[in-house]
Amino acid sequence: MSEEITPEIFEHLVHLAALELNEDEAQYLRRQLNNQLKAIHELEAIPLSDDIKITSHGVPYSPLITPPIRDDAWLPNPAPEDILTQAPETDDNYFIVPDIPHTDLD
Amino acid sequence: MELYELTAHNLVEMIRRREISAMEVLESTLQRISQVDGIPGTVQQDENTDSQANRVHAFITQTTERARHQAETIDRAIAAGEVVGPLAGVPFTVKDIFCVKGTPSTAASRILANFTSPYSATPAERLEAAGGILLGKVNLDEFTYGSSNESSAFKPFPRNPWNTHRVTGGSSGGSAAAVAAGEGALSLGTDTAGSIRQPAAFCGVVGMKPTYGRVSRYGLIAFGSSLDCPGPLARNVTDAALMLQVIAGADPRDATAANLPVDHYVSTLENSIRGMRIGISPDYFRITYPDPETGELRQEPLLPEIEAAALRAAGRLAEMGADMVDDIPMPHTRYGIPAYFVISRVEAASNLHRFDGVKYGYRTPDAVEDLHEMYRKTRGQAFGVQPKLRILMGMYVSAAQYSEQYYNRALRVRTLIRRDFDEIFDPYGKYRLDALLAPTTPTTAFPIGDVYGDSVLMQYADQLTVPTNHAGVPAISMPCGFDKDGLPIGFQLIGPDFSEANLLRLGRAYEIATDDDEWRKLKPNCINK
Repeated sequence: MSEEITPEIFEHLVHLAALELNEDEAQYLRRQLNNQLKAIHELEAIPLSDDIKITSHGVPYSPLITPPIRDDAWLPNPAPEDILTQAPETDDNYFIVPDIPHTDLD
Repeated sequence: MELYELTAHNLVEMIRRREISAMEVLESTLQRISQVDGIPGTVQQDENTDSQANRVHAFITQTTERARHQAETIDRAIAAGEVVGPLAGVPFTVKDIFCVKGTPSTAASRILANFTSPYSATPAERLEAAGGILLGKVNLDEFTYGSSNESSAFKPFPRNPWNTHRVTGGSSGGSAAAVAAGEGALSLGTDTAGSIRQPAAFCGVVGMKPTYGRVSRYGLIAFGSSLDCPGPLARNVTDAALMLQVIAGADPRDATAANLPVDHYVSTLENSIRGMRIGISPDYFRITYPDPETGELRQEPLLPEIEAAALRAAGRLAEMGADMVDDIPMPHTRYGIPAYFVISRVEAASNLHRFDGVKYGYRTPDAVEDLHEMYRKTRGQAFGVQPKLRILMGMYVSAAQYSEQYYNRALRVRTLIRRDFDEIFDPYGKYRLDALLAPTTPTTAFPIGDVYGDSVLMQYADQLTVPTNHAGVPAISMPCGFDKDGLPIGFQLIGPDFSEANLLRLGRAYEIATDDDEWRKLKPNCINK
């Protein structure tokens, strides 16, 4: 069977995933993805009638177990400095990042 | 018997009666850790060091000062006659996928190696509030992505206390190894495809995956948000019940935590199991494996030693009064892994997009042109191959042109897997089961290096545990003997939604039935002096 994830598709996925990969890693990852797809294709053998809807989580959220929706209340964090000190770069309580690519509108 | 070997429920009683102090228990446990654990995992070590191949290496971070402070507080409260919590003085560990305030919370990944959590996960917070003594954070597969702990970026990764050349299983491998080796009576783990039960089986301890939503996920670094379940690992069922009692329950900070009262797990443990119906399904006694040459999937019978051990466990439960029901159909069991390959990857890719080098964690030190290059270099340098593999597959199977073929199809197959369980547990249906009994794993702990690298084969290590994660139902894995190499074998009991009390009761009945068995007297090599 031909490879489903070709080098071109792989390149596109790497771009979407925002990953920089070295050549060895890229070869390993593409091979594993194609191997995993062989297992995934087992799903095609299952007949699925139209009445079979998707299940996004196993346990149904019945009214009996679903918590009430919280008030949309604003709560201050007790120690914002503990959060800010985790950042690689900050300035005056702002997170600093490199230049953000943008296009000027005419 | 040394203090570190005592069970959590014994410790609680003896500390309350002031026969021993929380500090004595802690010091005995710390001494034990210093004897058996070896160097902790760090990102500075590229490979496992052979010189420490006979050590367990469960820990990434020890929180010894915090533990001593907690033990002092408990001892002072007891001396003053104050009421203490249900886990007062019990040393425990936390899988390093949970945020615990003031501790490095790494997910065993380079990308979070420098992150110190500013808040605590709800189950970890509840354990400390109940008087538990936090020994530290234990190792796991990177972001929980694996079944052996070999993918951790923090080396050396944990080794199996029964044979340190074997894997612990995963992803809660550090938790299972720590509990088995006497490094804390309890550990908080997570189960997304079997990550509590599989390492529990490999390391000869009890592990429970509660119903999805029974334990809050607040503060758990997310993998598969529709599958992740925090739960206990312990040396026996009573300790698992004691721990679940503390961590279970509604949480206003997690909208998916069920708003349902928590049953009395401990007080009902030794109620009779007479008349409870336990099913056995042939679909859990055959396994699927990818051919090493062609990658084609083929079905094989289960290993005879594992089949025999699980059936023996069924026989012992029957002796205790349970009704066994054979030939239960679970026809979609074999599709658990293919569906998981799709669903978990989509959820993982989504959850991992937050790691971008902006607000916390690793940022590339390289010079970059712009923000996008910073993202690519940061994620490329700091994620290991397992997170990268999951992100890329998640991107592929959820892309607009492929999602009908893959993602939506997998979610519909999940409906069929759930229906299998609904039918056998329906109280008015044909089978009316209280539990399904099955082996936990297709093999016992495999040699380090044997499977890692083959991502398909590794995933199939979870084939008997993953259907319950798709369905959301609870399951408990318990030790039931050893194979010819002296490695533990586990079996599991799976129940309907929120039936944890029944599963624990059945588990306790099995313990009572086998209490005098010779295999119960064995201890891991690292515990023998």
